[in-house]
Amino acid sequence: MTTDQGGTVATVTYRDAVRMALQDALRRDPRVFLMGEDVGRYGGCYAVSKGLLDEFGPERIRDTPLSEGGFVGAGIGAALGGMRPIVEVMTVNFSMLCLDQILNTAATLRHMSGGQFSVPLVIRMATGAGRQLAAQHSHSLENWYAHIPGIRVLAPATVEDARGMLWSGLVDPDPVIIFENVMLYNMSGELAEDAGGVAIDRAALRRRGRDLSLITYGGSLWKTLGAARQLAGEGIEADVIDLRSLRPLDDATIMESVARTRRAVIVDESWRSGSLAAEITARIVEQCFWSLDAPVARVCTAEVPIPYPKHLEDAALPQPAAIVAAARAVMGR
Amino acid sequence: MTGKIQAKAHLTRERVCELLRSLLRIRRFEEKCAELYTTEKIRGFLHLYIGEEAIAAGIIPVLEPQDAVVATYREHGHALARGIAMGPLMAEMFGKQEGCSRGRGGSMHVFDAATRFYGGNAIVGGGLPLAVGLALADRMQGRNNVTACFFGEGAVAEGEFHESMNLAALWRLPVLFVCENNLYAMGTALAISESETDIHRKAESYRMPAAVVDGMDVIAVEAAGRKAIELVRGGAGPAFLECRTYRFRAHSMFDAQLYRSKDEVEAWREKCPIEHLKTWALGAGLLHAEETAQIEGEVAREVAAAVAFAEAGTWEPVGDLARDVHSPGALA
Repeated sequence: MTTDQGGTVATVTYRDAVRMALQDALRRDPRVFLMGEDVGRYGGCYAVSKGLLDEFGPERIRDTPLSEGGFVGAGIGAALGGMRPIVEVMTVNFSMLCLDQILNTAATLRHMSGGQFSVPLVIRMATGAGRQLAAQHSHSLENWYAHIPGIRVLAPATVEDARGMLWSGLVDPDPVIIFENVMLYNMSGELAEDAGGVAIDRAALRRRGRDLSLITYGGSLWKTLGAARQLAGEGIEADVIDLRSLRPLDDATIMESVARTRRAVIVDESWRSGSLAAEITARIVEQCFWSLDAPVARVCTAEVPIPYPKHLEDAALPQPAAIVAAARAVMGR
Repeated sequence: MTGKIQAKAHLTRERVCELLRSLLRIRRFEEKCAELYTTEKIRGFLHLYIGEEAIAAGIIPVLEPQDAVVATYREHGHALARGIAMGPLMAEMFGKQEGCSRGRGGSMHVFDAATRFYGGNAIVGGGLPLAVGLALADRMQGRNNVTACFFGEGAVAEGEFHESMNLAALWRLPVLFVCENNLYAMGTALAISESETDIHRKAESYRMPAAVVDGMDVIAVEAAGRKAIELVRGGAGPAFLECRTYRFRAHSMFDAQLYRSKDEVEAWREKCPIEHLKTWALGAGLLHAEETAQIEGEVAREVAAAVAFAEAGTWEPVGDLARDVHSPGALA
């Protein structure tokens, strides 16, 4: 298969795309190294870094002890010292143990040093529910990080972004956190073999409609696109916006869509209270109030710790049926 | 005292004067800060190093210019010993944009790229992983630098301390960990917060060479620091130095000191590192009374000039509020 430009296109999984991004970065820049729990000999908890140890060796594919605060802080120090570390925190569920380093050190150093030091660090974390991992291994806490000035927060939902955001994140002179939804690792998509960096401060319109705007990110993108197809069968054509960047939020793309469709539903796999969906709702009300034909609606995770049984986990998370129902409601149907 | 006897042989008159000047610069700078706090020129938290000066003054001058320093919120002494000019340091205390952190940090967040001074970290234990990472970067890039990391004994109870000790030892990184054991984590005595009060023994459990030294004796600290830095620079991995010391003043300016007795404070004041050095050096014929007076005069003039510099400093315009949250051009 070839692209319009004549390049080769391959079908790859999201996992492959992240691995290709890591390989690319490690080959291109000797300052880049990957550090985290089980990234080397084990091959990564989600097999993302499988094979990298053989190619790059244990100095650059660095297994760490279970010390999130220690090795994230060491990543910050190494970034200050001229390296370009990629730190893998196995999942967001364990990231509370390094929240101090991210919030109090990575995000503040540039500011409290009066601009003398920047922290060119990329942190990758798996996030999200759906694998029956119960209450302590199913969090979506992206919005906690998106609350913090001084860091950039990205949520790749496509193979292209899974590959491209890492490179663009490494070019950013400031700390970047990339959230990889666990339900996406096995997903396949087409990717140009010469795919490079992608823009990281814009949302993407993944489907163009006219009747309402469905706004989402990460793992929920595919559920939302599924809901949009179902709605199309009912004669409701939805815009689907993939936020891609959770901090900063691309207000322009959101408002352009909502001003045109006059209705918005936000799909967010985090708890409703204090969610990104709440922030986006507020921004729509602030910036698009007079364009709205219906109250903004939200489809979020039920406010319970995620339960283990599949039927209850499914019931707790945003699902296409709930997205369709919310869309119908704002359409008055 | 063995350290002193060993060190005495190569201690020159000039070196003794330098050490005395270094101690006095910190002491007089901070005494002025305390005074300026009462007149509200300095606000926020102000943590004074008075009593502990021998540690920064003993160790930091032994470092090379390309080495790195990571310190805590009680870091004015380290900043001065590292060579950050007193004027910009005082301007930082005032919050003026001529300060060494452009006024954004204040007393607790002193930074200086030129001297590789990485704060000014005010979360207890938070600076240790940073030091590990700086050392890792040096190692990976083939630079023979040392990172000196200063922290109090309170940090030893934090998980980040243990994680950092393990990482540094496991990866044999060039970090000198300096524990400034002043016996109180704010108001909590070491004996009621630690199961093992011989802090250097914790380092030994990480298979790291560790020593304990009288932190009130600048000559002993310097000798121990020199030895430890040579060890670290030689590629032996990290080393650990526990300096036993005492904070003469309150934890910060809001501390009624209910947790310790006046007698205890007085007993430690008797060990004042400045008086200690002066008495010994005068007795050893390495210092004359008139030299002491001359240094005192010079330091007083330097402090006065620093205050004048800070007073003459300017306030950053409010329009610059969002500056330095992100690198220029990185984010809108």
